[in-house]
Amino acid sequence: MHAMQVLAVAAGHQVVPARAQMATTLGFHIILACFGIAFPTIVLAAEFRGLSHSDDVAMLLARRWSQVMGVLVAVGAVTGTVLSFEMGLLWPGLMRTYGAVLGVPFGFEGIFFFLEAIFTGIYLYGWQRLPGWAHFWTGIPIALTGLGGAVAVMAANSWMNEPGGFTLSHGRVVAVNPWRVFFNRATLYETPHMILAAYMVVGFMVAAVYAAGILKGHRDRYHRLGFGIPFTIGAILTPIQIFIGDTAARAIASQQPVKFAAIEYVTRTGRGVPEYLGGFYVNGHVYFGLPIPDADSLLVGFSPHTRVIGLDSVAPADRPPALTLIHLCFDAMVGLAFLLLLAGLWALWMRRRRHALPTQSWFWWLAVLCGPAALVAMECGWIVTEVGRQPWVVYQLMTTFQAATTNGGVIDTLTAVIVVYAVLGVATVIILRMLARRWRQGSQTEPEAGVPYGPPAEHREPTSREPT
Amino acid sequence: MIAAVAAGILLAGLTLYAALGGADFGGGLWDLLAGGYQRGRAPRQLIDDTITPVWEANHVWLIFVLVIFWTAFPPAFAAVMTAAALPLWLAAFGIVLRGSGFAFRKEVEALHWQRLFGAAFAFSSLIVPFFMGTVIGAIASGRVPANPAHTDLAVWTGPTSLLIGALFVAVCAYLAAVFLTQEASRRGDDRLRRYFARRAAISGAISGALSLATLLEVRSSNPALFHGLTHRALPLVIVAAACGLAVVALLATGRSRGLRAVSVLGVTAVVFGWGVAQYPALLPGTGLTLTSGSAPHPILVTVVVVFVAAIALVVPSFLLLFSLHGRQLLEAEKHAEKG
Repeated sequence: MHAMQVLAVAAGHQVVPARAQMATTLGFHIILACFGIAFPTIVLAAEFRGLSHSDDVAMLLARRWSQVMGVLVAVGAVTGTVLSFEMGLLWPGLMRTYGAVLGVPFGFEGIFFFLEAIFTGIYLYGWQRLPGWAHFWTGIPIALTGLGGAVAVMAANSWMNEPGGFTLSHGRVVAVNPWRVFFNRATLYETPHMILAAYMVVGFMVAAVYAAGILKGHRDRYHRLGFGIPFTIGAILTPIQIFIGDTAARAIASQQPVKFAAIEYVTRTGRGVPEYLGGFYVNGHVYFGLPIPDADSLLVGFSPHTRVIGLDSVAPADRPPALTLIHLCFDAMVGLAFLLLLAGLWALWMRRRRHALPTQSWFWWLAVLCGPAALVAMECGWIVTEVGRQPWVVYQLMTTFQAATTNGGVIDTLTAVIVVYAVLGVATVIILRMLARRWRQGSQTEPEAGVPYGPPAEHREPTSREPT
Repeated sequence: MIAAVAAGILLAGLTLYAALGGADFGGGLWDLLAGGYQRGRAPRQLIDDTITPVWEANHVWLIFVLVIFWTAFPPAFAAVMTAAALPLWLAAFGIVLRGSGFAFRKEVEALHWQRLFGAAFAFSSLIVPFFMGTVIGAIASGRVPANPAHTDLAVWTGPTSLLIGALFVAVCAYLAAVFLTQEASRRGDDRLRRYFARRAAISGAISGALSLATLLEVRSSNPALFHGLTHRALPLVIVAAACGLAVVALLATGRSRGLRAVSVLGVTAVVFGWGVAQYPALLPGTGLTLTSGSAPHPILVTVVVVFVAAIALVVPSFLLLFSLHGRQLLEAEKHAEKG
């Protein structure tokens, strides 16, 4: 298959640009998806505190975060739509055979997405007129449906890793057990792994914004609370995430041994397999890696004599490409998780000793770093699971090559996607920074009131329909 | 037969997307055409107020339609996505521009940024319905092969496709103008009511003319579809025409009650009229029918279950959203300072 792919690429086959485009759009959307899953809970936590303690600072944070949520949810809704299109536009081969199966989890995801969008509309725009607790309760369905949507999408992804619950006959799906599609063997660990990742990404990223403010000397309660709420959530979940990730790695060692072999540079099946930290993999040799003797066998089966299946268990064509990328991403994910754990423990220790947040600027630098660290760890995890599954799109049943579109011109849409998403990403960041600047200045002036195409403010005449 | 039920669900989703999402696109069109700042200020404000809290929820109908399509009829989905890839890509990019443009415009202060994002929002409101219409036209005119290897301009640039593309744009504008007329009337703003009633009448007339033109074009290019529309689907075609005339009559007499319902009924009749006329072909001109092109039975049962669950959960939530919005309890805030 590998040689065939090389030939096909030379002949203009689209699998490589199609994979690049899927990676770009998914890698972008997943950040917004994290905010869709986890941000509502964090906003609600602040609003809860605001309402129950009559805490104006918490309330102000909740309202501002909810405005940020509005921007991110809108961008996430449209980038998510692009992914729905791409399922068919980039992978018609996958959909032709397995569309009916993948439709099961995505159908449920549709319901969750509906409810999420409806209640987001109510929550975001209900701040001014809905009474306090009523408004709070309209946010609860957003948090719950965000979780439900994540479960459904992760069921689809884990089904691609552990396909089951259907019968194939002459290349066509003839019978399906929707229950077993949804709850396949990988759902159990993939789903909590991603949901916790979403909460950690949002928690540490929002906290990083206020940590940066504290570093600049804004040590007021607004910044401490803006840091404290999301950081606490991220920090509490970190050790749980490390435990689940460890469980997942062991499950992958037994369910997708070749992916595991790629992750850990296991060239040959055997016992007493070392664990490599770092290193590059070239032609079956690991360069510059630090081997820890027997550690891999120990981690897989709690004994140095555990047999670990290696890359040599399958033909070269059935091994994933870019082993160095997979391995280094895995190491980065694990390493960064321990960095996040360290930050959480540091804060906990200071809190127990002095009942206050740390004062050392070292801590705040680390807290700022935790935001991008969580994000990078999450993206690395996706690279490991997706590139590690190659050459399969549906594990051991359909190759990505068979799934890809036969249409030419994916290079063109890929280029367009990179340009559009770069602009979109930059614009989103600029808009959020602009909001932050406006809040910092405590500006009371309205923006030019959502009425575009008008002349500059000084030429404006008063009108009867001045928006509030 | 359960495949027909699944097809009905697909058409229902399409109708809801056309009626709700279509009106939001139409709002973008009227925003585009509202003119300079003085003239355009009040209508733009009403459009903005009307779309803001609901467009994301309305947009989900598109996701729903895509998922039901690929779940219930996977081979037809793969064929359409391959043969009509270009207009679908353009529609997808349009959707990105529109959603982000609309969201960003609310948050920026500087006027030139508002203009830029506003233009992205308004312009993409034009191209998305057009390209989606060309895809529907490609299916209806039997130009999508069952096993296409490549996209082809000829698939979606036939006269039927271009007419239906234009029709989609006109119908979006018409629905939006009707909705906005009723909204302005409910708010007691008579100037805006007349403003949008005039536009509803014009875009309604254009939609009617384009529908007739499409029908005439189909008569020569696609006799099978024409036969279906004038025989089996004739009652629905008559309902659609009657609804169009009823809206014009309501507008002429200055009445606003029931405008929205009648216009939506008209759109429903058009969508289901197409489905009935084409039945049982999935992709006309190919061997793909509801029977040969549908997913296995348990999957179709799942589609029905998902639809029933969606209706049970989503409809009450939508009613809550629309009723809060209708009572003007939902409004955008520019700053969180008032907390």
